[in-house]
Amino acid sequence: MARQDALAPRSGTGAPMWEYRESRENPALAGIRDRSGLWINGEETEPLSGRWFSTIDPATEEHLSMVAEAGPADVDRAVGAAREAVAGWAAMPVAERAKSLFRLARLVQERSRELAVLDTRDGGKPIREARDVDLPLVAAHFFYHAGWADKLEYAFPGVEPRPMGVVGQVIPWNFPLLMAAWKVAPALATGNTVVLKPAETTPLSALRLAEIAAEAGLPPGVLNVIPGAGETGADLVGHRGVDKVAFTGSTQVGKEIRRRLAGSGKALTLELGGKGAHVIFDDAPLDQAVEGVVNGIFFNQGQVCCAGSRLLVQESVASEFVDRLRRRLSTLRVGDPLDKNTDVGAINSAAHLERITELVESGQEEGALIYQPPCELPDRGFWFPPTLFTDVSQSHRIAREEIFGPVLSILTFRTPGEAVERANNTPYGLASGVWTSKGSRILWMADRLAAGVVWANTYNKFDPASPFGGVRESGFGREGGRHGLAAYLRGVG
Amino acid sequence: MVEERVAALATRSIKREAKMWALRTAISMTDLTTLEGMDTKEKVRQLCHKGIRPDPTDASIPSVAAVCVYPNLVGTAAEVLEDTSVRVAAVSTYFPSGQAPLDLKVAETRRVVADGADEVDMVIDRGAFLAGDYVKVFAEVAAVREAAGDACLKVILETGELGSYDNVRRASMLAMAAGADFIKTSTGKVSPAATPAVTLVMLESIRDFYSNTGRVVGMKPAGGIGSAKQAIRWLVLLNETLGVEWMTPRRFRFGASSLLNDLLMQIRWLETERYQSPDYFTRA
Repeated sequence: MARQDALAPRSGTGAPMWEYRESRENPALAGIRDRSGLWINGEETEPLSGRWFSTIDPATEEHLSMVAEAGPADVDRAVGAAREAVAGWAAMPVAERAKSLFRLARLVQERSRELAVLDTRDGGKPIREARDVDLPLVAAHFFYHAGWADKLEYAFPGVEPRPMGVVGQVIPWNFPLLMAAWKVAPALATGNTVVLKPAETTPLSALRLAEIAAEAGLPPGVLNVIPGAGETGADLVGHRGVDKVAFTGSTQVGKEIRRRLAGSGKALTLELGGKGAHVIFDDAPLDQAVEGVVNGIFFNQGQVCCAGSRLLVQESVASEFVDRLRRRLSTLRVGDPLDKNTDVGAINSAAHLERITELVESGQEEGALIYQPPCELPDRGFWFPPTLFTDVSQSHRIAREEIFGPVLSILTFRTPGEAVERANNTPYGLASGVWTSKGSRILWMADRLAAGVVWANTYNKFDPASPFGGVRESGFGREGGRHGLAAYLRGVG
Repeated sequence: MVEERVAALATRSIKREAKMWALRTAISMTDLTTLEGMDTKEKVRQLCHKGIRPDPTDASIPSVAAVCVYPNLVGTAAEVLEDTSVRVAAVSTYFPSGQAPLDLKVAETRRVVADGADEVDMVIDRGAFLAGDYVKVFAEVAAVREAAGDACLKVILETGELGSYDNVRRASMLAMAAGADFIKTSTGKVSPAATPAVTLVMLESIRDFYSNTGRVVGMKPAGGIGSAKQAIRWLVLLNETLGVEWMTPRRFRFGASSLLNDLLMQIRWLETERYQSPDYFTRA
């Protein structure tokens, strides 16, 4: 065979297609029950409110379970249980407290497959991410904080760290179990008791966590979980028996909580929205940067507060970079979150899908160019295709407002100074990323970017030892590391 | 990020029809290789017959792409493989070290082609490459390219000796620019041999070279790929980097010896849902 013949491109016909067959995780592993009551004082209980709501699978709109909604009387009961438990939990020998947290961490690890399927069904995230990212991090957070429980005086030498007391925590739906772990693990390790309100669209894994905690031997009342919507959250943060409030969610709600808590004497930490800038310099390894950008904006369908939703590319490589990004988008597999080969799953709720759709329409109306790879979306459920916007200017809504979806706005810059100016031209300040082969430029940028986290040549990397949190309208207080412990202790400054 | 991307793609779950297609395609992409000092004509004949008909009990199993041997055994392989679809590949240019004067490398290449090699697997001079003498590396590949005539030229970078992904990419571009038809990871004599991460870097280089020049270059990971599971991971890398257009023996090869029988065993497993004793498969 002649050389040319051996390598002649096979035109059109004849080239085989390789379709990955669906490889679906078993949905029954989630062990979802028909009714899911409140978890107060170490047991499942009927709501005094008498109200129940349905939680659904956003990928199919299938009803999963009726969930108890906590009313004011239930919040009162939960805070009361936590109050009663606080003295015993704080007085428990620290080594015993550590042991029960270690047991909890191990149980989470043992049941990680069940928990991953549960979060995937209740929230719509791809099983690959739940299995490979969420659950390993959940276990890591409990292990890490269990390790601190009997060493707090070494973490803060010279002072006597004391727990806050009863902590009211309100978490979002994007990482249902992981956000619960971020909140619960440090609070318990530092000797507080917890009343946790999961998001109304994803209450199931937090309730399961409470069950597991009881199995691990946590005393009744130490961890209480009360599902509900915004009103339940407002009742919880406003309750007089709560000593500290920790909230993760939107900036708008965060502001309301802060106003409400002013003068109440309650401690507060807020982890709010973001509009992360992802800065690509012309000397960056472009294929690697493409991976980072894809991870930054399509991880969890972009429903990530620290998502790199504004891409700033240096002008000299902008068109080449966008070409590479488009090509890469065509390989993203969008669909059934339970399929182990799915990269992009379902949007969490109809209401959220509406918000994404509205913002994307505004982008088109304001004149930005949209690109979406051809992809077939399922008929039922809430879906949005991976989306790129080019020709975006700073004044467009899609460059300013948090979309919280798989939508990337691409802008360009010429000089490092301009990159910093554009990156910082936002009320937010949660996270940003820098891609360059030049180490000194990374440090120069990190000094100037107004963000709680700056990732260098990577994105969306989390570790329980590394403090995470925002500046400006992205909130205050840190989660993870020694800083994260301080947020749950008195007397440590 | 190279390792992360590779790790993420390694979690692709390839089942049933998709797996069957991959296993059969992998067989058709195999360069069945023997490169031992103790190779004999008899062993090469055995290997050639195995390559033509990998599973004597199942005629639907495709032949391998090529049989790859040392220069001394090219004539033997060519004799057996004459009139079959299986091609004769010869390692050349003082494989595996490449530490010889250029005129000897050129002479060796002419000789293996004259003896019947359809494909020439050459090595680059890693000493010159690491010393920064890219001109020498380029000139050698170009000279061997010319000496190989119509034969398909595969250029072995020996990535296990190159030290960084940047170097792997640079060597890939150099080899392609100098006329390589395939770029190949390793000789199999150095560890690490083919890793998924260097393969990804090379596939990305091929893609960029193609989009800049329009010239198609193939990829051949070689060394250390012994299981069907690994082979499928490589095909996933290929599928998601270069796409189905590249999923043909004309553009992708596995350099391997023990891989073939594992592919056959896995096919049998898919058909019967039972593992059979290795003794049911021929060993060449």
